[in-house]
Amino acid sequence: MGVPAANAALLLLTDSRLPAGGHGHSGGAEAAVSSGVVRDLTTLAAFLRGRLAASGRVAACLAAAACALGTAGPAAAGRPDEDHPAGWAGLDAEADARTASPAQREASRVQGRLLLRTARRIWPSPVLDELARAVPSGAHHPVALGAAAGAAGCAPGEAALAAAYAALTGPATAAVRLLGLDPVAVHRLLADLAPDLERIASAAAAPPDLAAASTWAGLPAHAAPALDLLAERHLRAELRLFVS
Amino acid sequence: MGAGHDDHHHSPDPHGRALRLGIGGPVGSGKTALTAALCRALGETLRLAVVTNDIYTTEDADFLRKAGVLDPERIAAVQTGCCPHTAIRDDIAANLDAVESLEERFGPLDLVIVESGGDNLTATFSRGLADRQIFVLDVSGGDKVPRKGGPGVTAADLLVVNKIDLAPMVGADLTVMSRDAAAVREGRPVLFTSVRQEPEAHAVAEWVLGVVHAWAREAGRDHGPQPGHESGHESGREPVPSTAPRPATTAAPPPGR
Repeated sequence: MGVPAANAALLLLTDSRLPAGGHGHSGGAEAAVSSGVVRDLTTLAAFLRGRLAASGRVAACLAAAACALGTAGPAAAGRPDEDHPAGWAGLDAEADARTASPAQREASRVQGRLLLRTARRIWPSPVLDELARAVPSGAHHPVALGAAAGAAGCAPGEAALAAAYAALTGPATAAVRLLGLDPVAVHRLLADLAPDLERIASAAAAPPDLAAASTWAGLPAHAAPALDLLAERHLRAELRLFVS
Repeated sequence: MGAGHDDHHHSPDPHGRALRLGIGGPVGSGKTALTAALCRALGETLRLAVVTNDIYTTEDADFLRKAGVLDPERIAAVQTGCCPHTAIRDDIAANLDAVESLEERFGPLDLVIVESGGDNLTATFSRGLADRQIFVLDVSGGDKVPRKGGPGVTAADLLVVNKIDLAPMVGADLTVMSRDAAAVREGRPVLFTSVRQEPEAHAVAEWVLGVVHAWAREAGRDHGPQPGHESGHESGREPVPSTAPRPATTAAPPPGR
């Protein structure tokens, strides 16, 4: 499929037990459950498909670009230079521009900050230090994930796979907790989506110069207005079990 | 504690940071009430902040704010995604982030309390999050709870048995609770309280002051007036007193039967 064989670091990075705060986020699933959009396996499947096709795909592309930027050499990840005028702040701004809802932006930055703090202790790297310095309020989650994947020795395609996977498993697990769905049935749904994950990761890693700022503007920018609205509604809900 | 320095190396300023005190225990045992009591008793003498963890989001934080015991800005709420124990033990990232944000904003602080969401008897704080921890039980869960043990009851630095005023009504024998707790805790302290009757929980506050002192000495803090530095009168800030403002009264050893 064009995705390199997964290495052990990728497994660690995508494990839900990675202590990086992911368990507190539902990726819009809690709001979808509260509003009745997701109520059973069938509606969860539709939700996950939509999420993967929109924000999952964008996250995969951003993660691949971040991984490429971080592994293309210190100059790429460091302060802007002639070949890479934007650096981390530029890529993070691309993520910002692709995240319409303020609530989603905040959730993405919080998760990115927590992931980076964890990754910097597990895979210490000047590249990750530089990312934390360049975006002090917290880089967007796909950017942090891509950078962490690079620091852990993964390739851009693997970073993309991790991002697309994270876009699915967060809401899937949240739905299991919130609706009492059969966890095995939900994992079957995830397995059915595995080919889509691989296809999206492959495409995300395909552009030839992912580390160059000139490539970033052309990265996919799929929008999911319903997810945006759910995120905003969630933030205003009286009872919230998940951060987002 | 032996867990000491290795656990703290990631802190931005390991020599200046506050003691992090975890307060855990089952739902409804009085964790939030105890947190409020500690704020009342110690808020004047210690530089304090509080992180609440509750599946009901801001409910506990609102309780503390309404109690008027601490500047609302110094209380941060963390959502745990239906897993309060995960947030204090397996994945402490969000709580650490909240603690460090409070320290950056209001620091230096003497004490940051992290109050867990209500959980079961097996929930304990990671040493990566809490330097010391209190486990809170109440008598209405039955006097057999200490005997059942579990990491919270056996290993917490302090076990607090709350709501002792209810003991006669629920048929709980405090002597039994005291004996059973002592049997599994290898000499670690147990205090009996009724936060409702004694809103400042003096005995617990006194214990907390003691560990804050010890922490300050252990960490060798070297800037500002510090708890435990009895000669620290030179600045305008009062040094932390070596005992609680008032002597413990109701929070005494359990009555014999």
